[in-house]
Amino acid sequence: MSRFSSFVLAAAGLLAASVAAAQQRGYGIGHKITDAQIAPWNIDIGGEDGKGLPPGKGSVAQGEKLFIEQCASCHGEFGEGNGRWPELMGGQGTLKDADPRKTIGSFWPWAPTIFDYVRRTMPFTAPQSLSNDETYAIVAYLLNINDLLPADGVLDAKSLAAIKMPNRDGFIVGDPRPDVKAEPCMKDCKQGQVKVLSDLAKSLGVTPDQKPKD
Amino acid sequence: MPPDSQKGESMNTGRRGFFGRGLAVGGIAALAVQHPKIAAASGGLDGKPLEVPDWTKMLGPGVTAAPYGSPSEFEKNVVRRNVPWLTVSEQASINFTPLHELDGIITPSGLCFERHHGGVPAIEPDLHRLVIHGMVRQPLVFTMSDLVRFPSVSRIHFLECPANGGMEWKGAQMAGVQFSHGMVHCCEWTGVRLSTLLDEAGVATGAKWLLAEGADAAAMTRSIPLDKALDDVIVAYSQNGERIRPEQGYPLRLIVPGWEGNVQVKWLRRIKLGDRPWQHREETSKYTDLMPDGKARQFTFVQEANSVITAPCPEKPLQAKGAYEVRGIAWSGRGKISRVDVSLDGGANWQSAELQTPVLDKCLTRFRLPWRWQGEPVFLQSRAIDETGYVQPTIEQLRHVRGVNSVYHKNSIHTWRVNQDGSIDNVQIL
Ligand code: HEC
Repeated sequence: MSRFSSFVLAAAGLLAASVAAAQQRGYGIGHKITDAQIAPWNIDIGGEDGKGLPPGKGSVAQGEKLFIEQCASCHGEFGEGNGRWPELMGGQGTLKDADPRKTIGSFWPWAPTIFDYVRRTMPFTAPQSLSNDETYAIVAYLLNINDLLPADGVLDAKSLAAIKMPNRDGFIVGDPRPDVKAEPCMKDCKQGQVKVLSDLAKSLGVTPDQKPKD
Repeated sequence: MPPDSQKGESMNTGRRGFFGRGLAVGGIAALAVQHPKIAAASGGLDGKPLEVPDWTKMLGPGVTAAPYGSPSEFEKNVVRRNVPWLTVSEQASINFTPLHELDGIITPSGLCFERHHGGVPAIEPDLHRLVIHGMVRQPLVFTMSDLVRFPSVSRIHFLECPANGGMEWKGAQMAGVQFSHGMVHCCEWTGVRLSTLLDEAGVATGAKWLLAEGADAAAMTRSIPLDKALDDVIVAYSQNGERIRPEQGYPLRLIVPGWEGNVQVKWLRRIKLGDRPWQHREETSKYTDLMPDGKARQFTFVQEANSVITAPCPEKPLQAKGAYEVRGIAWSGRGKISRVDVSLDGGANWQSAELQTPVLDKCLTRFRLPWRWQGEPVFLQSRAIDETGYVQPTIEQLRHVRGVNSVYHKNSIHTWRVNQDGSIDNVQIL
């Protein structure tokens, strides 16, 4: 074989190898993984359609018991929030008020999101400790205290995804900003004295001490 | 600003003056343990001759006395601070970068503000995994040593919590720039482009969003549009040249340049591709902007142009009449800062400040303006303009459109009132 033809052959071989690599993956770094392997981490629920909601079910009554045991110390027995811990109920009709109360009942647009959040991170000090049935039961109770499920209600994947939250249409999707247009005026942009609107920062006393930490 | 005003001792007003002196005395006492002969100051002022201090007359510690160095013991006041009344739990809370103590544009890693929703996990890097799955051709799992083999990229970007300044929608509240603006930092991030990893898994047709998830106790999740993910998002493992600090996401986090901090998921363990956003808690209940009509804006990702004067400020009052430099930082999530104007009269007249180069994309930009203070009351303001022509608005303009209950994305022109005694107050003006 001439040197020329062996070069062509080698080049063709290289080309074939690189085509195969491209069909495989760019750098070939990382490892294939199956859905079964991912399952323990694959906990996200689609808020809009409940995609990913697991089999299982739970009742308001079961949820009430679990909630009192595992959640009420912070959130209060009826989700009213102990002290400054977050409240999980009420607030409907307050979103336009001077002090709006944003809660599951007044603000959350999609019911499956409650399941997702509670299962992934509550109770606060023992996240990812609730079973699917327990999570359904607690979500049933949370919906009940927000008047969205009757006291004898039972929740599963289908019934949870079917619940229409009161504030479903309360969100403007897509960013309307910039929503203010300012002109970069340089000279004589204002007439008269500066008017101070708010001057309490020093006297309010809400700024932490700036003493050095040792 | 005279150089010694950078030290804690120089604070001249009331309570702060007391703490300042406390620091100086404590500092010298601490030093005396190490160097027993420390005695006198170096003189040179008020007609006195200079003295040769003891540290010049004795050997100091040798190399590697501190295998990982830390700031001078006289800089103990340069720390992150939190606002205890703001949150009920320190695990789901925030603290603030001491902007008044910093120069330049890089935030030292240990001073970057922290925002956690379930505390800081202690992740063993060898056991950490990143999974990419969902609407991809081939689900993949990566170890940390896999990830560092990919082509890398380093970028300097600011990162800001969208609640920065959020305590001041209704009025001036915080008597310090650390608290009024300290939910921002700026670091050099190194990692692999997310687009590289997504190519590796192969994006399936129809995929439009991804869910990023953390490995912390909050298992933090946010939905991010695929367009942005493929544009400039980095899966970062290093911060300012070394592996990311635990509080900032060790060993792996997302950097989503110019977008609100919460989407830049720390302790990143999983990316799932899908055809729509997940509508999770942090993009519905939180991180949405409630408008006066009771509707809330959702997916308002970009941090619009913002700026603040960091010297002088309430923590760094003026010492005496005379020459100073007004200094501050500006940034925009839409690109580069093109101009910063400073006003000394509450916005009637403005002059453009000098920008420190290089001015980088979605990065803190340092501005400065020489100034001579004659002892008169002054209303100091800064106004940033970015390369899109966006002009930082006044608080009144923002309130007019958004009311006072949107919590997030308050980027208005900030006002410091310089009083005749040199002290400085946070005020809002018309
Ligand atoms: C030790 C106190 C504590 C306990 C116990 C606790 N939580 Fe929470 N919960 C919190 C904190 C703190 C937050 C806010 C976390 C954050 O903002 O990141 C929260 C937030 C929530 C929210 C979101 C509220 C909103 O409007 O966004 C829900 C829902 C919730 N908890 C449900 C539960 C349930 C169900 C349980 C029991 C299984 C539970 N929590 C137990 C402290 C607690």
